[in-house]
Amino acid sequence: MIELKNVNKSFDQVQVLSDITLTFEPGKTNLIIGQSGSGKTVLLKTIVGLHEVDSGQILYDGQDFTRMSFKERKLIRKQIGMVFQGGALFDSNTVEENVIYPLSMFTDMTEEEKRDRANFCLSRVNILNANKKYPAEISGGMRKRVAIARAIALNPTYLFCDEPNSGLDPKTAILIDNLIKEITDEFNMTTIVNTHDMNSVMEIGEKVIFIYEGKKWWEGNRHIIFKDPNKELQEFVFAAKFFVTQQKDNQ
Amino acid sequence: MTQRNNIFSTLGEYTLFMLKVFKKPEKLKMYGSQYFRELEAIGLNSIGIVFLISVFMGAVLTIQTGINLENPFIPLYLIGYATRDSMILEFSSTIVCLILAGKVGSNVSSEIGTMRVTEQIDALEIMGVNSASYLVLPKIVAAVTFFPFLVIMSVFVGVWGGWLGGCVLTEVLTTGQYIEGLRYYFVPYYIVYSLIKTSVFAFIITSVSSYYGYHTAGGALEVGRSSTRAVVYSSVLILLFNLILTQLLLV
Repeated sequence: MIELKNVNKSFDQVQVLSDITLTFEPGKTNLIIGQSGSGKTVLLKTIVGLHEVDSGQILYDGQDFTRMSFKERKLIRKQIGMVFQGGALFDSNTVEENVIYPLSMFTDMTEEEKRDRANFCLSRVNILNANKKYPAEISGGMRKRVAIARAIALNPTYLFCDEPNSGLDPKTAILIDNLIKEITDEFNMTTIVNTHDMNSVMEIGEKVIFIYEGKKWWEGNRHIIFKDPNKELQEFVFAAKFFVTQQKDNQ
Repeated sequence: MTQRNNIFSTLGEYTLFMLKVFKKPEKLKMYGSQYFRELEAIGLNSIGIVFLISVFMGAVLTIQTGINLENPFIPLYLIGYATRDSMILEFSSTIVCLILAGKVGSNVSSEIGTMRVTEQIDALEIMGVNSASYLVLPKIVAAVTFFPFLVIMSVFVGVWGGWLGGCVLTEVLTTGQYIEGLRYYFVPYYIVYSLIKTSVFAFIITSVSSYYGYHTAGGALEVGRSSTRAVVYSSVLILLFNLILTQLLLV
């Protein structure tokens, strides 16, 4: 379980995260939503240790990540898979090599075992016949799926996704959302997704946290998000509400 | 003046970066394969340009020395002698390394800089990989081990270019006189001096360029700026260390 206690983070004296305290639901899909620039990505990167906190605690199963040594953090990081906004695939490696990379670095698997595992992960995200292609040769949606395959290669306990469906067409975006949900349930992972897409909230938001101006403004789930009277939250969801309602009506 | 522009903070940051680079590798096998990749990218791919530059340097050097030694009291074989020693002492080590600072330095800096801005370095960090060491150490080792071979090749090609320019194209001197000059008063220590200089320059080029690439923040524009900084500072440091090493090793 991941808990945050009074987390503060600033850059050049600009407060980006203010006193954030929250708990992510284990084994569920947790969504962090908010406008662009609200601090979602900083929050996500702070939780995984890419940014250091100014103050506060980040607890992984009760252990304070912020006070861990590099070696101790490494043990936690082996339980983490992360999908970056642009995929962050290694350009000079093929799709298959990208997925094999964490296996080569952290396991003693034979070449055949690694290839089998990579093929399993790639087929799980519906990537077929693209093993030998380079990231530049595949589409944005495929890149995101390969990034998911790489993230789950080591069978992580926690999966972090930073805007997984940004820059994708609505159909592919829904496919990615559903894939994340399926993988979360199948591998019993705790998944934390950053998004500003209300479609994602309605599709997979088992727990939803709304970040506003660097503060945790609201938390709940997709079933109550439209009913809550919180003004800032309603302002945020308003633009997308029409489309969500339309979609439900059509269904 | 920002902190990054302060020479002492940059020097401190560079030192800390180098300490991170020279930490014990996580998995030697992975570093090994990376080393061979870098040997190709940094070393083998530079053979062409080194060959071309050396031929022309040798030819011009012979012709110019020939023009300046038009004196009946100075034997013509000294042209060959001057070409050989100039190539060994300065042209093949310093000038070739200055050219390589442009070719290899910009390549290294933009490669690592692009990895930084596309979050590939963050992806490595999330996996628990010491990204600085994994990306930079193989480049440094590849350059330090391969550049001396390039310089030795440059000396031979330069001497051949000298013969081509001085004996074949302009006939400033005969082939016999040129060979006599090449064999005249040879000091083997000059080779040692040249190779020591080359190894130091190789370290400067790869480490300084990697430092600027690794600390890139922003987008494509910043990658370009880092690349320019890498080439400029590598070149300045090469000139400075050329003077220092000459004082230490020759005087």
